[in-house]
Amino acid sequence: MKEPQDLIDNKSRRSFVGTAAVAGAGLGALAIAPGLHLIQVSEASTPSQGASSKVRWGMLIDTTKCASDCDACVKACATENGINETLKDARQGSQWIRKIDLKNPKTGQEHSLPMLCQHCEHPPCVDVCPTGASMKRADGIVLVDRHICIGCRYCMLACPYKARSLVHMPLTTQNPEVPRGQGCVESCTFCVQRVDKGLKPACVESCPEGAMLFGDLNDPNSEVAQRIAKEKTTQVRGDLKLNLGVRYQGI
Amino acid sequence: MQSALTQRLEIPSFYTWAGVGALISALGTAAAFYMEHNGHHVTGMNNQVFWGLPHVFAIFLIVAASGALNVASIGTVFGKKVYKPRGPLSGLLAITMLAAGLFVIMLDLGRADRLIIAMTHVNWTSVFGWNMVLYPVFFGLVGLYAWLLLDRKMYAYSKAAGTAAFIWRLVMTTGTGSIFGFVVARQAYNSAIIAPMFIIMSFAWGLAMFLLFQAAMYKWQGTPINEAIRQRLNNVLGTFVAAVAYFVIVYHLTNIYFAKQTAFEHFILVSGGIYPQLFWGGFVILGTLLPLLLVFVPSLRSMPSSSTLASIFTILGGLAFLYVFIIGGQAYPLDMFPGMEVKSTFFDGAIDPYSPSMPEILLSIGGFGLFFLLSLLAVRVLPFMPQDDIAKLQASGALHD
Repeated sequence: MKEPQDLIDNKSRRSFVGTAAVAGAGLGALAIAPGLHLIQVSEASTPSQGASSKVRWGMLIDTTKCASDCDACVKACATENGINETLKDARQGSQWIRKIDLKNPKTGQEHSLPMLCQHCEHPPCVDVCPTGASMKRADGIVLVDRHICIGCRYCMLACPYKARSLVHMPLTTQNPEVPRGQGCVESCTFCVQRVDKGLKPACVESCPEGAMLFGDLNDPNSEVAQRIAKEKTTQVRGDLKLNLGVRYQGI
Repeated sequence: MQSALTQRLEIPSFYTWAGVGALISALGTAAAFYMEHNGHHVTGMNNQVFWGLPHVFAIFLIVAASGALNVASIGTVFGKKVYKPRGPLSGLLAITMLAAGLFVIMLDLGRADRLIIAMTHVNWTSVFGWNMVLYPVFFGLVGLYAWLLLDRKMYAYSKAAGTAAFIWRLVMTTGTGSIFGFVVARQAYNSAIIAPMFIIMSFAWGLAMFLLFQAAMYKWQGTPINEAIRQRLNNVLGTFVAAVAYFVIVYHLTNIYFAKQTAFEHFILVSGGIYPQLFWGGFVILGTLLPLLLVFVPSLRSMPSSSTLASIFTILGGLAFLYVFIIGGQAYPLDMFPGMEVKSTFFDGAIDPYSPSMPEILLSIGGFGLFFLLSLLAVRVLPFMPQDDIAKLQASGALHD
């Protein structure tokens, strides 16, 4: 049988251990909390799970709405992507998107359209790139990893659309989200920095006539997929069977 | 005995010529540094003609490098005794020419400082990617082959190495031709004939470079070349030049036959200004007809300088052909909208008025300077120079076999 004093001692000891445990846990929690908080912050800043192959980003351009004297898309692209350098020889400047005027000499019929990287399913630029800098994301966006581009320009030779440009001079101001650099090849990214945030490419948003439609070609419910399913559209140099992400209507 | 087959170069003017080679190489290197520092806007290249004069010279040297090995191959693989003393020099020039070609093409990269990336990140669907294997193995095989030819104790193994190098050089030039042959986007390229055409061009251009270098070394050394041997080499050069002409004719006929290519062919052969001028004047007359006359017309072939002149003209013709092929192929606009008139702020539908700038010219010629310098240094320190034992060849009947 235990003595009363022992009972008191045991009780106080348990109490002490309990208090200490609570205090310890509290202190521990205090110590760990900032770390947990940082983990939460870091998870929140992770952009996404990465591009998904369930999506194929694409564009439909209605040339019947595209005015010859309008270059809003070209200007919006330059602003969004920080293409602001001026060169004495315009042939050496970068053009991620440009306006092309077409005229049928037999009928006199005229068209105007924006030309940009066609984001091919089978991009020749990706095939020929010696380092793998030219690459296609799982969601179909064709990009240049400018950290491993060596500036050989073989992709420019392979591209049937003249969609790629070499940066011919040192750059001084850039959009932090759109890395560019002298000696590297670049082209339209579908404004990947915007698309990853759920926004549309700058050219699409800027078009005053709504001639450019952007969306998921793999989603049968998307407007772009439905329009392409219903209406006659053209793939430029369709004979090459590259399965382009950009389709034109009206040419 | 191998020491009788080859010797080291002994000329009093060695340092002068080495200085000339070093100066031209240094100017090329300085030009490349200037381009690298300022960006390619200091060149005549742009976003339509983005492979300019340096590519013409680099591809010439790379193609000729493979062909320069032919002389050794004829000796080792096909057993022709007259060619055997020339094997080491042939191997050496193959190596130095490839090195010089790579010097030009690498220094013309937009990011030449990232050369290491080209070796650590290889995309195997790229023909350029294959080059990361094709060129180093070529250096290795030809280097081994040259060593086996020069080392008496190892000579017995030279046939195996020579055969491997011969096969590899065919693979390598197939790769060089396929850089263009696999490009579907452009009228000038996208043809299966380009790879074999480049192989036969390598035979002619490589032999011309070999003969020119050999002639210079013999002249400076005061060593005459045996007339029978000179005429044999003349015949081979003439045969290769004629074969190149055949392939070029078939290449153009194919394009002319395809209705969609006829406008491009008209541009290259008739209306394109500098391009038809270089094609007819440079390649056809200077680079084909004159060499053929020099090596096959009896009164001309007996001139001591006929081989050297034929070689120089073949080389100039080769450069003219590549200028038309590479630059003309880009200057002509992409045909994205067949049958339509096209214009844009990016010069769609327009012929590009490319002309090379001084840095490009210096870098391009720097490649030839480096080839000359490296070759000259090598023949000075190792016994690469061929020495013919005419009496022995005559006695065995090998002089004319």
